Parts: sequence; structure tokens; C-alpha cells
Amino acid sequence: MAEARNVIVIGGASAGYTAAIYLARATLSPLVLAGENAGGQLMYTSEVENFPGFSKGIKGPELMAEMRAQAERFGAEIQNVNVTKIDFSGEIKKVWVGETEYSSRAVILALGAMGRMLLVGEEKFLGRGVSTCAVCDAAFFKDKTTFVVGGGDAAMEDALALVRFTNKVTLIHRKDELRASKIMQKRVLEDKKIPVLWGTEVIGVTGENKLEKIRIKDKDGEKELPADGLFLAIGHIPATDILKGQVELDNHEYLVTKMTAPRETNNQAIWLNDYPTQTSVSGVFGAGDMVDIRYRQAITAAGMGAMAALDAEKFLTGTTSSY
Amino acid sequence: MAAVHFSDADFEEKVLKSPLPVLVDFFADWCGPCRLAAPIIDELAGVYAGKVTIGKLNVDENQQTAAGYGVMSIPTVIMFKGGKEAERKVGFAGKGGYEEMIKKVTG
Repeated sequence: MAEARNVIVIGGASAGYTAAIYLARATLSPLVLAGENAGGQLMYTSEVENFPGFSKGIKGPELMAEMRAQAERFGAEIQNVNVTKIDFSGEIKKVWVGETEYSSRAVILALGAMGRMLLVGEEKFLGRGVSTCAVCDAAFFKDKTTFVVGGGDAAMEDALALVRFTNKVTLIHRKDELRASKIMQKRVLEDKKIPVLWGTEVIGVTGENKLEKIRIKDKDGEKELPADGLFLAIGHIPATDILKGQVELDNHEYLVTKMTAPRETNNQAIWLNDYPTQTSVSGVFGAGDMVDIRYRQAITAAGMGAMAALDAEKFLTGTTSSY
Repeated sequence: MAAVHFSDADFEEKVLKSPLPVLVDFFADWCGPCRLAAPIIDELAGVYAGKVTIGKLNVDENQQTAAGYGVMSIPTVIMFKGGKEAERKVGFAGKGGYEEMIKKVTG
């Protein structure tokens, strides 16, 4: 027998928690299935400097704890459990956590994205030289030879975290320019201790019990370099696996919403009269990094979470209390 | 029941010489995913009390033990049985992942 709820939020990070704050304040008592990985990507970062309202910066995990507490303060019920199955075929949406079944008329999907791997065999050295969290692991690489792969803010943060422990940090990027924010680029490029290998890809890893060498390829050919540490920050893939066959995804498996893939020619009509965050299924809304094919910031995920909550509220009650 | 804390000083006596299997969570305060693991480790310590000893080791304060087991990434959770490493999980593995490790040694 399904446990009936007003609205279910799947995912617990910037988008999901913000949606929960809005839904809870609209007295809709949301159930938030935050996942065992609650907090998402920000749990793997240190200082967040660009989230408005924190002039001195805030640690990623603390920002997540604050958002969660804020949602709970207004009555959101939040569980760190993984959803195992969904069924959006009927008017009443069904969501399972193992044997437990929940149902509701509206669902907000905000499961975020997961770190991408190189898939050149590096997985077998995870925890033995290969890391996806420099902030967590940098201290283990004191005076070691390390490489960071990537060109975004996360890669910059990783390189800067490592350089506090070792002078042997090299950034590897497959393109000839970085896509990180200017301020983060500047910090890395002006640091004489962090050389950059431009136009370079990591194509292999070798070692006995732990990482010993990486194989790289650039326009001049291939070569091997001794390496103790390899830190990956090469982007994310949307965590939409569980949604397959239930809602429309795009070619890159991002969740499609009316806002990101409008069918009607009059986009403004969607903003005025429709539900911009609605997915291909009526009553199912999407927000955050699993939807966002462009910005992917904590603040834009939070903003989209608020939009999805307002859309869900309007869908359920016919009105939106915040107007 | 919260998980116990191990240190370099008592690791041999409390972990390696323990009659029960011992699950050790290698963690640090600055590590975000370690914070995800912490409440799960505490919960499991209560559930499996008497069958498996479940504890934590702060890698900052106990670098000797962490280095001795080649811990280069946290959280790392290692199951010890009869003084030897039986299994390890690197990175946050979720409640299911840690329970699976425990069930393997409790049968």
C-alpha cells in the first residue's frame, strides 16, 4: 500500500533542498528522498565563494547542511535514501525506496550529476593514487608528483588544494584554453608552481599496487610520465539512469523540461501560462544539474529548484502563493 | 550507540587483536563525503553491536596507521578479520555498501 504525499522531491542538494524550502513554506509538507549521496557535488568541495549571502565564503558541506536545516525548519521530511524504482505512467506518480512505496500527484526531480571518469583503466587505482576529490585527499600527497585533469573551476580548486602540499602539481587540459571562471584561472596560471600541459589527454595509467605512471598524448605524440597522484575534474554526467523510459531525456541524457527544450515557438507563453520546469510528464518537474545543459552553478540549481517548487505548487493548488 | 574511535596507540590491541571482526572508517574532519559516512557508521555500530566492532580513525591524528594501510583517499573503510584486512571500500559507499561488507563477515 502506497504512502500518499502531497509532493515528493527526489534529490537532496542545491536544487532539491531549495525546492523543499519553497514547498514546505507553501505548507505542502514535501517528502524529500535526498539519496545516500545527499549534498551532491558540493560535498566534494571546500570553499564556495560565489554563493550570494556568504561574503566570507562557506564550505560546500556546510552550505548543504544549512539548506537542509532550512527546509526541515518549515516541515520538510528529508531522508537520505536512494530511490530504487519509479512509475510516472498514471496521474498518481509512484516512487519506491526498496519495498516502501510512496505516491503523490507531483514530483520534482533534482538528482544532480555525477563525476565523469576518463575510462582508460584509472578506476582500478581509485584510492591508490587516483582521486575524484582533491579537497579530501590532497594531504596524502605531500611532496608527491601529482596531475590534475580538467579545465573548469573544479580542476582549478583541485590544483590549488594540492599545491599547498606539494610543488609537483601539473594541470592537464585537452584544450588550449580553460573554461574556469577568470578569478580561478588567474590563481592557477599565476602560480609558478603549477605548470599546464595544454592540448593534452591522459590515455592510460600503469602501476603495480598503486598508480606509478600516466600515459599522455599531445600533438607531438605519446609519452609516459611518473605519477603518484591523478586527480580527475573532467565534468559531470546527469544522474538520469533511473528515469529512463519514464520521462524524456535528450541525446546526452539530460532531463528535458519545457524551459530547456521548448516545443512551442512562443517561449514567452510557456513562462507566462505554462510550467517552464515541467518535464515530458504532466506533474513531474525537473531542476538543477540533471536539467541544466549550460550554467550548472550551485546558485542556478537553487534558482531552478525554486522555480520547480512554484510550478509544482501551482499545479497542485491552482495558485502560487509567492506571487 | 556511536562508533568507537581508534588511534595509532590502540589500533593493534583494539583492531588487530580483536576477537570480533572490526570495521574501521578512515576519515578526516575536512572531508565532505566523510560526513556522509559518519552517521551511517554510527547507526551500523548500534545495529551490529556484539557481532562486529565498528569504529573510526582520524587520519590527521593517526597518520602512522593510515599510511601503514596505504590510505590515500578518504573516506576509506576497511574490514579487519583476525588481524588482517579482509576488504576495503574507497570513497563514500553508502549504507548498502557498508552493510554488504559487514554481512560478508557475519555470514
